[in-house]
Amino acid sequence: MIAALRCVIFRDLRLAARRSSDVLTVALFFVIVVSLFPLGIGPDPKLLRTVAPGVLWVAALLASMLALSRVFAADHADGTLEQMMLGATPLGLVVAAKVLAHWLVTGLPLVLISPVLALQFDLPRELFGVLVLSLALGTPVLSLIGAIGAALTLGLRGAGALLSLLVLPLYVPVLIVGAGAMEAAASGLGGNAQLLLLAAMLIIAAAFAPWVAAAALRISVE
Amino acid sequence: MNWGSLDNFLAMGGYGLYVWGSYAVTLVLIAAELILLGRRRRNAVGRIR
Amino acid sequence: MSINWFKYSSPQTFFPVAGRLALVFGALALLACAAGLYLGFFVAPTDAQQGESYRIIFIHVPAAWMSMFLYFVMAFWAGLGLAFNTRLSGMMASAIAPTGALFTFIALWTGSLWGRPAWGTWWVWDARLTSELVLLFLYFGFMALQAAIDDPRRADKAGAVLALVGVVDLPIIYFSVQWWNTLHQGASVSLTKAPTMAATMLAGMLVMIFGFWFYSIAAVMLRARCIMLERERGSEWAGQHARGAA
Repeated sequence: MIAALRCVIFRDLRLAARRSSDVLTVALFFVIVVSLFPLGIGPDPKLLRTVAPGVLWVAALLASMLALSRVFAADHADGTLEQMMLGATPLGLVVAAKVLAHWLVTGLPLVLISPVLALQFDLPRELFGVLVLSLALGTPVLSLIGAIGAALTLGLRGAGALLSLLVLPLYVPVLIVGAGAMEAAASGLGGNAQLLLLAAMLIIAAAFAPWVAAAALRISVE
Repeated sequence: MNWGSLDNFLAMGGYGLYVWGSYAVTLVLIAAELILLGRRRRNAVGRIR
Repeated sequence: MSINWFKYSSPQTFFPVAGRLALVFGALALLACAAGLYLGFFVAPTDAQQGESYRIIFIHVPAAWMSMFLYFVMAFWAGLGLAFNTRLSGMMASAIAPTGALFTFIALWTGSLWGRPAWGTWWVWDARLTSELVLLFLYFGFMALQAAIDDPRRADKAGAVLALVGVVDLPIIYFSVQWWNTLHQGASVSLTKAPTMAATMLAGMLVMIFGFWFYSIAAVMLRARCIMLERERGSEWAGQHARGAA
């Protein structure tokens, strides 16, 4: 079974590598959105430093949402998804593997780019660690919750926009805690409490979301 | 609560706009819901026939 | 005596029951709202701090309460439909959503109009108002998802999964927003703390809650009947009803 899951992950990674534009689009979207904010609110360094945590987090959230509909869509289109549903490996584990691959391709780049973008906002060096850690813990949660939305909207017209509407309210706690970690660190309190909360969210999401998404997949693929 | 006059009642101590704005919108929305339900029912029955 | 729990789980048997419930609870709603508004406007005194503007709570708090309560009820029926595969449970969940969204909007609107004289701005990032806003998005998401799916059974089940995820997430959202609010030292006065309730104010509010609750039952029953007629339009009983109806 581990071999099957490894197979799923490597397959998804290989497919993503072949269509590397997907990866780059998400990363570029992140960069552009973050760059738009100073253009909108003015270049005052003090203001930018204050809004940096929120802006970075919202941009990462939107960017990771961009690629969500693709988690299952390609496999659904060519019938691979039904094969996976009929296979011996529990669908929940397959979903978990796919989400992991999806995060590696769309979420991890955001985590890695974020310090560079934080420089645009003159974020103090000490906060870089909290930034990267909060995104590293938070973006997988976003991918996991988003997978549920992707499974529910599989094959529907207007799936992209509908997916955003479904999933954004569910993202609110992650955003609040994630951005809150950085703000707490900035104010001197230390972001440990929020980071631990994010870790807890990740564990709970990893434990439940794949199975909810699997149930949603069975509903969507009659 | 003795309002004294209709004017006092409508003025709501200066907050008339807010209080009656709330109640008016609520009434309009609930009326709209009921009207839409009536229309939905007529459509449903019409489609069966 | 053995209870047949599933007697009314078919649209055909429940349809007339829903009609009677709508009538009864509609009448009760009118009575309760009349009584509640009388209490609210002619018995409850002027508030020391907020003057007459507080009288919005006779709509705001019942609407907010119903918006949350209806979401839980909706999730309950959706979950039941998912578990027992009963058509009617899914129809009930779909029937509740628009009424729930309506009350959520009313809660937001009246909350905004209440906040304006109290704190000078049309919108306050108060924990409850912000949670209500997210709740509105949850309702819209549910309705949008069901609207986008043509097959009613798939729409029921997909909506059920979404509603259940939402209902689990709702406390998390609420607490995280509340925590966010206190962290940012936002509105220092919670909308529900003011005013200190005189007994008559509380009585008026409670009666209005019942009024809104009865209204919700009536509206949901009426909508459920519409949904039953739409989905079961090929069936014999629906045809008979349509021919008999005015």
